[in-house]
Amino acid sequence: MTRARESEPTVVSKVETRTDLRWSRKDLLGLRELSADEINFVLDTADAFKQVGTREIKKVPALRGKTLVNFFVEPSTRTKTSFELAAFRLSADVINISVTTSSLTKGETLKDTAKNLQALHADILVLRHSSAGAPQFLAERLQSSVINAGDGAHEHPTQGLLDLYTIREKKGRMDGLHVVIVGDILFSRVARSNVFALIKFGARVTLVGPSTLVPRDFERLGVTISHDIDQVLPTADVVNLLRIQHERQRKEYFPGLGEYVRLFGLTKERAKLLRPDCLIMHPGPVNRGVEIDSEVADGNQSVILDQVTNGLAVRMAVLYLCGGIAT
Amino acid sequence: MTKSDTSVASAVLIMDGDAIRRALRRIAHEIVERNPDLKRVVLAGIPSRGNEIARRIADTISVIEETNIDVGTIDVAMHRDDVGTRSELPIVQASRLPLPLENRTVVIVDDVLFTGRTVRAAMDAINSFGRPARIQLAALIDRGHRELPIRADYVGKNLPTAFTEKVRVQLGDDQGSEGVWLIKEEKR
Repeated sequence: MTRARESEPTVVSKVETRTDLRWSRKDLLGLRELSADEINFVLDTADAFKQVGTREIKKVPALRGKTLVNFFVEPSTRTKTSFELAAFRLSADVINISVTTSSLTKGETLKDTAKNLQALHADILVLRHSSAGAPQFLAERLQSSVINAGDGAHEHPTQGLLDLYTIREKKGRMDGLHVVIVGDILFSRVARSNVFALIKFGARVTLVGPSTLVPRDFERLGVTISHDIDQVLPTADVVNLLRIQHERQRKEYFPGLGEYVRLFGLTKERAKLLRPDCLIMHPGPVNRGVEIDSEVADGNQSVILDQVTNGLAVRMAVLYLCGGIAT
Repeated sequence: MTKSDTSVASAVLIMDGDAIRRALRRIAHEIVERNPDLKRVVLAGIPSRGNEIARRIADTISVIEETNIDVGTIDVAMHRDDVGTRSELPIVQASRLPLPLENRTVVIVDDVLFTGRTVRAAMDAINSFGRPARIQLAALIDRGHRELPIRADYVGKNLPTAFTEKVRVQLGDDQGSEGVWLIKEEKR
């Protein structure tokens, strides 16, 4: 939308500088197996879809006639809603199946449930499951596209992508950035997806948390481990605070909430250690007063709500790319 | 455009750089003639070459009328009707249009007008941004074979083609020299 004389050549040149890569995956199971080019391709596609949300009519016909099944065998509100809205904006039809409404509670196996979904000609299956590898198990057996919406403590690729998108959007790059991920790393699929992807882009990643929740094993992935958050924060470009997952915690891993806040919570005082341009991220839902103080979560360094908006765009891109290819 | 073992492609030059420039200058004059209130006109290019053509037309209009004209870009990829039937997905891009579109004339600009399906998608995309007063269509080449009731308001050159032939348009932003070629693939 520029006047002719001052029109910049960016529109055309941007197209030309893109890679020749074309998306060829029917499934998105994790970020570990994606190349940096593929991830960038998804993020570029998300750029285009983000703009759809600003239109008068926030809906495009890209997946018209396709059926998406949101199959959540583990509770989730925001991820499910985000996928659902993304599907609506692409004109796909959506069925939601959750733990309580699924026949899994009647003893049906995962594979049988999925076979039934396929018999109904579901084109895209978005799966949240407590077992790592469940999405891959189905992807190998079904014609439908399978999108991993979080499997056990393995990966949560769309969360990783939306975190990367937000970092790229705010910082303009990822290489050389120091990204600090704080919290329950051991049980966190969000942390894994982030680590796998950030390292491909040359970011420096430090994982911070109690030694029980941040095992040394992770160093093999090429990240730094620290148990002293105050030492790490001053050099951070991005701080990603993971939710303390009460539902997964067992007592032996965890020092107790009060002690966690004292040692690792991003309190108002601790936030003063951060550079003024450091981004504060959180995948949500936020435990205010635990991982992060309310004032910090609502402060001007926080991009938590941008993550939500970007999550929608990223999921539209993923559904479009995986669900749109001819199978 | 592509070569395989069993076929050979021959390229016939249809327009050179000068011919393209003259055609676009004429289109610019026609747009001025048909749209007395140029402030209301938006040239919306379809990526990527439609954008370049829209910019060139806008430059010409700014010279002949000494007034600047809005230029935008309109994504069609997410509005296509053949997703899931093509082995390659079109790359989606953000659209940029001056808003609101009410009371404005949007001129869709593309390099080659063929089946009309891209233009149909572009019209859908424009309508999702608002309700312009009218939509017009400018194409550097009209090669026929329409599959929808669509015709161009401004045409650089009418080029009769066989359905299987291809039209290659190269502009300054591409590698190599400017021109329009008709590509015939012949079986060996």
